[in-house]
Amino acid sequence: METDFTPWASLLGGALIGTAAVALMALHGRILGATGILGGLFRPDDPPDWRLRAALILGMAAAPLLVLLATGALPQMDQPVSAGTVALGGLIVGVGVSYGGGCTSGHGVCGIGRFSRRSVVATATFMASAILTVFVIRHLGA
Amino acid sequence: MRLVSAFAIGLIFGLGIAVSGMINPAKVLNFFDLAGTWDPSLAFVMAGALAVVIPGYRLVFRRPAPVLEPAFQVPQSRVIDQRLILGSATFGIGWGIAGFCPGGALPALGTGDPLVLLFIAALTAGMLSARWAQARTPSAARSA
Repeated sequence: METDFTPWASLLGGALIGTAAVALMALHGRILGATGILGGLFRPDDPPDWRLRAALILGMAAAPLLVLLATGALPQMDQPVSAGTVALGGLIVGVGVSYGGGCTSGHGVCGIGRFSRRSVVATATFMASAILTVFVIRHLGA
Repeated sequence: MRLVSAFAIGLIFGLGIAVSGMINPAKVLNFFDLAGTWDPSLAFVMAGALAVVIPGYRLVFRRPAPVLEPAFQVPQSRVIDQRLILGSATFGIGWGIAGFCPGGALPALGTGDPLVLLFIAALTAGMLSARWAQARTPSAARSA
């Protein structure tokens, strides 16, 4: 399935993601990493921390509704793979980000943004691995 | 105040994911498909984000502490080990299979799409199993 290359919208969206990451550090002193934020929801030993994470996730999930209000349509989403494949991918992502200590937002944006060598290595690794995976699935017929 | 600010920050992040197109698994998967229907948009998202975060963090870290909390909580580890590399490689495999990463899927929850709910449920199950395995065999996990 082809998708349109959207350089300007993607740069602008990226700048918004960066703005959120800087604001979270400036105001709350935290890395904006989806893995860490979601993972902490399942450690309910610190209620103020739990509420902060829940508020962040609620804000994120409110975004498509704001897009709907502003444009009259939800953001475009096309999932080219089956439900079983989505579930398998989700499980593998969950294990990987737990051992790798973060994902695209935590390592790729915040980690690289503060020049963490760990994050540069993690980001190069998961990008290369995803490219290889898609090559195998789409071009070697796995 | 803390929670209003966190909600607003989450909303800005989610708008960024939506506007950039990274809420769309088809678009993310096409970034990885260099030999097929390649869509370089994801690289522009990273560039846009880093163009703000690199100077932004520099300014923020000049302050002794964040505005609403007593201290910065920044990861201190500098270890590059098998665990980091194998974990990240595993994440990449799952990302290439499903097209969602955690940061793309959390905002996508708001669309009510059942596939997103399924992904988040599976993601959570994967995270909790890994945590359980790590708690049981901390030494093995460290060298995993």
